[in-house]
Amino acid sequence: MKEFTVSVFTENKVGLLNRVTVVLTRRHINIESLTVSESEVEGIHRFTIVINVAEDQVKKIVKQMEKQVDVVKAFYHETDETVHQEIALYKMPISALSNGLNLEKMLRHHHARILSVSPEFLIVEKTGHKAETQELFNQLQPLGLLEFVRSGRIAITKPMKKFSEHMEEMHAF
Amino acid sequence: MKTLTKEKSSAFTDTENISGALAIVKCLLEEQVEYIFGYPGGAIMPVYDAMYDYQEELKHILNRHEQGAVHAAQGYARATGRVGVCIATSGPGATNLITGIADALIDSTPLVCITGQVPKRLIGSDAFQETDVIGISLPVTKWNYQITKASEIPEIFAKAFYIAASGRPGPVLIDITKNAQIEMLDYYYKKCDHVRSYVPVPKANPTEIERAAELINKAKRPFLLFGHGVTISGAEKELKEVIEKTGVPAAWTIMGLSALETEHPQNVGMLGMHGNYGPNILTNECDVMIAVGMRFDDRVTGDLNTYAKQAKVIHLEIDPAEVDKNVKTEVALVGDCKVTMQALLPLLKKNNHKPWLQRFHDCMKMEQEMIIEKELHPSKEGMTMGEVIRRINDRTDGRAIIVTDVGQHQMVACRYARFQQHRGNITSGGLGTMGFCLPAAFGAKLGAPNRDVVAIIGDGGFQMTLQELGTIWQTQTNVKIVILNNEFLGMVRQWQQLFFDKRYSATELVNPNFVAISKGFGIDAERVDKRENLDDALNRMFGCEQSYLLEIMVEKEDCVFPMIPAGASVSQIRLS
Ligand SMILES: Cc1ncc(C[n+]2csc(CCOP(=O)(O)OP(=O)(O)O)c2C)c(N)n1
Repeated sequence: MKEFTVSVFTENKVGLLNRVTVVLTRRHINIESLTVSESEVEGIHRFTIVINVAEDQVKKIVKQMEKQVDVVKAFYHETDETVHQEIALYKMPISALSNGLNLEKMLRHHHARILSVSPEFLIVEKTGHKAETQELFNQLQPLGLLEFVRSGRIAITKPMKKFSEHMEEMHAF
Repeated sequence: MKTLTKEKSSAFTDTENISGALAIVKCLLEEQVEYIFGYPGGAIMPVYDAMYDYQEELKHILNRHEQGAVHAAQGYARATGRVGVCIATSGPGATNLITGIADALIDSTPLVCITGQVPKRLIGSDAFQETDVIGISLPVTKWNYQITKASEIPEIFAKAFYIAASGRPGPVLIDITKNAQIEMLDYYYKKCDHVRSYVPVPKANPTEIERAAELINKAKRPFLLFGHGVTISGAEKELKEVIEKTGVPAAWTIMGLSALETEHPQNVGMLGMHGNYGPNILTNECDVMIAVGMRFDDRVTGDLNTYAKQAKVIHLEIDPAEVDKNVKTEVALVGDCKVTMQALLPLLKKNNHKPWLQRFHDCMKMEQEMIIEKELHPSKEGMTMGEVIRRINDRTDGRAIIVTDVGQHQMVACRYARFQQHRGNITSGGLGTMGFCLPAAFGAKLGAPNRDVVAIIGDGGFQMTLQELGTIWQTQTNVKIVILNNEFLGMVRQWQQLFFDKRYSATELVNPNFVAISKGFGIDAERVDKRENLDDALNRMFGCEQSYLLEIMVEKEDCVFPMIPAGASVSQIRLS
């Protein structure tokens, strides 16, 4: 088992999320993270899915996804072939600022930023790999962390090939 | 069957302002649909109303259950190679289609299924007969779409027919809200021939084709397996040329049956769980395996860890997702197998593999002595399924379309019928759907009116869709129906006998009077319980211009052999 990032390029159609995820759920594969956004090509959406499976299995999965009529192309990459990021938000009580534990230094050390401050709480943002946002989480929790949320992974692959080139190849025959 | 004239069809290409319902009818006519199998209800009534004016051009068949409608559409599609079309109302009408849709997906059958839906404004409100058909059908359709505006109709229908029929065929479902059937639109139809996200027919790489040819030319013990893909792409001629040029022994999956005549000297028989001994046991001795249009189903391969591990596998397959799914290939030729074989043929050397082929014949001789002889010429009093099948087959010169249900009779029919004509075998292979046969046979007859269509059904499966006798009667369609009655759910009973100490849990049937039922539906029928009456009964059945039903009593506790127990290796095939 290894961590793979699967990128799926699709038409922008209602219901397609189900068609893509059912390929995984049907095979009891847990989705570690899933993000959907637009891509650089107009009308084409991009799914970024993180799963832990054997390489043999991820190959089959990608083909099953591509088999869906509205899926244009699907790829899989090992984590170190991608540049990836996640974003996390932390809600802290205002009191955490003044209890002598030096929250400010902690945030500076983690390159986190404060997005918003109100009389009762402040909201901190940190982007990074999961391990990094997790580390900050671990440090903030003893300080009275009120709420925490983390996004799915977004990833761009290092190998240089534009999606539009893949499109052309598909219909080259 | 009357088809549209050119003039009439081109008149449709001008824009006209018509209702969504009428647009649907016109789309179907543009796609040259001759039959539509269905059942009406509230959410699809506008379409039924529009069909009323086109009864000549678009024949609606009123099945007796939506499952019957979809299986009939499948039978039609399988007999003709064209898209089968069915229609149902929302809610229960739509859910009743699901079994057939799942069956069509796994057996690559082109269908367009149309379902009515509650008006758009009611969607999501748990309205009367509202169900999430798109959600329910998603995993069992090649593509599905909900139309909520009339203006979408022409484009979506064109796309549906294109997707259903192209590449690896499959079922498409279009759900249409009632408001979209009533609204007006400016109708203009253009056939679809391209969807940008979809590559229906990949083209096999020429260097890979060369590699495949080299492997085949050098092989000492090549073995070819063929499946449904050959029939779907109409590659029967190319398959025969490949076989005859290379001298390779060829075996079939039940979905590939009838793509090569049974009597061909290199046709070595059936693969899989109840297949012939030779093709199974020698799977683990071939050095090059050429798989054409088949997908290595577990009923064919048994345990994959002991399946053809010694062989270099060449896979001719249209669906990239099937390649390396179950069996690792040495050379993958992803494309239409007809085109691939055409490219392969000039590279193949003329060869013969007589001693290797002889081994298959030797195995067949042994199987003949141990199993086939007893099945065809039984010494016991009761009739066997095999002898009945063989007599029917002889009566029709192997040219009938034999449609089977699921169970022992299905395996026996596939094993003992000798096919002389393509598209001769229609069965539910992948899903194994009991109840498939009767409606599918009916649909097949509409698609192939000039062929004899014989439905071979178990007494269990017959009772799953026997209401379709009503459809057969109403349409005066000539289907020959043969119930092989063993008064058991035979195949399950066989497993209970072999693997569950003969504990016959819920497999014994107390049957109704099938002859009276058939006659009640207006279809002449008789029961045959003695061998000496069989031939006369068959003469009466085939001599009859109309549908006819024979209930043939067979041995109650016969087993189908050979058998590879589920999950066992092809090498563990049992002869008794
Ligand atoms: C819809 C459905 N339900 C259950 C089964 C499981 N099943 C497979 S074969 C079989 C027995 C079929 O009995 P019958 O129709 O009498 O045919 P026979 O095996 O006796 O020839 C059953 C129950 C099935 N294939 N399909």
